[in-house]
Amino acid sequence: MDNGMEEAGNIMSAAVQESKAAYDSIQARFGSAVSEFDANPTMPFFEVSDLSKWVDIALFMRDDPRLKFNYLACLSGMDYPEQNQLGIVCNLESIGHHPHRIAVKVKCPRDGGAIPSVSCVWHTANWHEREAYDMYGMTFDGHPDHRRILCPEDWTGFPLRKDYQVQDTYHGIKVPY
Amino acid sequence: MQELGKAELNATRIIRQDDNRVVIEKDLDTEYMVLSMGPQHPSTHGVLRLECITDGEVVVEAEPYLGYLHRCFEKYCEKLDYPSIVPYTDRMDYLAGMNTELAYCLGVEKLLDIEIPRRVEFIRVIVSELNRIASHLVAIGTYGIDLGAFTPFLFCFRDREHILNLLEWISGARMLYNYIWIGGLAYDVPPDFRKRVAEFVAYFRPKAVELQELLTENEIFVKRTKGVGIMPADVAINYAWSGPMLRGSGVKWDLRRNDPYSIYPELDFDVPVPDGKFSDIGDSLSRHLVRALEMTESLKIIEQCLDRMPEVDGFNSRALIPKKIRPKAGEVYARAENPRGEVGFYIVSDGKSTKPLRCKARSSCFVNLSAMKDLSKGQLIPDLVAIIGSIDIVLGEVDR
Repeated sequence: MDNGMEEAGNIMSAAVQESKAAYDSIQARFGSAVSEFDANPTMPFFEVSDLSKWVDIALFMRDDPRLKFNYLACLSGMDYPEQNQLGIVCNLESIGHHPHRIAVKVKCPRDGGAIPSVSCVWHTANWHEREAYDMYGMTFDGHPDHRRILCPEDWTGFPLRKDYQVQDTYHGIKVPY
Repeated sequence: MQELGKAELNATRIIRQDDNRVVIEKDLDTEYMVLSMGPQHPSTHGVLRLECITDGEVVVEAEPYLGYLHRCFEKYCEKLDYPSIVPYTDRMDYLAGMNTELAYCLGVEKLLDIEIPRRVEFIRVIVSELNRIASHLVAIGTYGIDLGAFTPFLFCFRDREHILNLLEWISGARMLYNYIWIGGLAYDVPPDFRKRVAEFVAYFRPKAVELQELLTENEIFVKRTKGVGIMPADVAINYAWSGPMLRGSGVKWDLRRNDPYSIYPELDFDVPVPDGKFSDIGDSLSRHLVRALEMTESLKIIEQCLDRMPEVDGFNSRALIPKKIRPKAGEVYARAENPRGEVGFYIVSDGKSTKPLRCKARSSCFVNLSAMKDLSKGQLIPDLVAIIGSIDIVLGEVDR
C-alpha cells in the first residue's frame, strides 16, 4: 500500500513538472504578459496578466510544436468579488502530441469588463464563452455570435454573479418561489 | 420522381418523373424558408430547437437553441453542501447517472485527498459500466427510431430493463440513483450481486451480437448513415469532441485509458475506433458503430471486476466517508468518461465553507452539440435527423 501511495505521489509531481515545462516555454516567449506559475498538485495554472496578449498566447499554445494544446477541455466563468474581477478558467491539454495539461486564468474588471475571444483558436470556445457571458456578464471581444445561450435573450441580470438578485417577474410570471 | 442532376444550387434542376418524362427546370427563383424543428420534435431527443434555414430540402444553416431545460445547476451548487450535490448530478445526464456521480465524487475526493476502499472502487466501476451499456442501448434504440427502424428499439429497451432492475436492486432507484457518495457508496451490494450480474453478462453477450445483425448491418440503416455528417479528426479535436463522437472520427482517445481514474489502469479492454472498412471514418455510422462495440468492451470490464472484486467481511461502504466534508482551499478539474464523452467538474473550494465556491459542470453533449451548425451545412433535412441522432444528446445535460 505504501508503495502505491508513493507511486501516486510521483505521478502527480511528474504531471505538475510537465505543466511547468510547458509554462516555461510560454513564459520565455511572452515574458511579463503571463504571471508566475502556480504549482498546486490538483490543477496547476498560470494567469494572463496582459489581456491584449491572450489571443496570441492561445495561438502560440495551440500551434507551437513543443506545446500543441489542441484540446480545450473546459472553459469556466468565474466571479472574484474580493478583487472586483470576473474571469475565465481554461483547462487545456494536447491530444495525440504531448501528455501535458495546464490551466489558464484570464481576468477582467467586474464592471463592463471584456476579454478577447479565443473562439477563433478553439471552435469549442464559442459556446463556452457564450455561456460565461450568459452567467457572468463579461463581454468577449471578437466573438462571432455574442448572445445568451442558456437563459432567454431578454433575461435581466447574470445568475452566477455572487451578488445576483433574481428578477421579480418575467413576462408577468412570478420568478422566485 | 427522381432527381438526376443539378447545376449550381437549385438554379437548374433535371427531374425524371414517374412516367419517365424528363423535366428540366431552369432559372428557378428559390426562396429560403425558415423551418423551426423542435422543441417538441421527436427526433431532437428532448427539448432542443433547431432553426433551419432551408433551400427546398437542403439545409443552408441550422442554428440550435437551447435552455428549455435550464435549471442553473451551478447556482444550486453554491447553496448546497458537497454531499447534497450528488443527487443533482444525477439529474444532469439522467441516462447515465452513475457515471456523472462518479465524475463529481472523483473531483471532491481529489480535493480532499482521501483514499477509497478497493471494494468500493470495483463496485463503482461495475455500476458505471452497467449504466454505460444502458445508456448506449437508449442511444442505439432511439437512433433506430429516428431512421424508421422500430424493432431494435424494443429489443434495446427490453435489455435495458434488466440493467435498470439490477441498479434499482442495488440503489433503490431506476434512474436517479444517488448511490456513489463522496468517499464511499450509499450501500454495499446485496449478497447475490455477483451471481446476478454474471447472469446478465452471459445473457446480454449474444443479444449484443443480435442487435448488431439487426441494426448495424441492416442495409437501409447503413444507407441512411454512411457518409452522412462527416467530421474530420482535427476539426473534432478543435471542437473538443469527446467520447464516441471523437472516437468515431478515428481518434483513439478514452479518458479511462488516457487520464485513468479509479481502477481502470488494472483492467484489460479495447478502445474501439472505426477502421474505415465498414463505415467512412467520422460519419454517423462510425459513431453508432463505436457505441455498439463499446457495449461488448463494457461487458469485458464488468466480468473482470466481478472476478477480482475483494470480499470483505462486515464491509461498511460508508465507513470512510468523512463526517464533515470541508476540503482545503484549492481547485480541481476532474473528469470521467461518460457514455456521451468527457464529463468534467471544475470545483473551487475556499477552505472555510462546506459548500463549494464554484462548481462548473462541463457537459459532454453541450460541447458535442456546438458543432451542429457546421455539421448541418448543406445537408438534407432527413440527414439532419440522422446527424442529431448520432450526436446522442441528453438535454438534461446540455442545459444543466
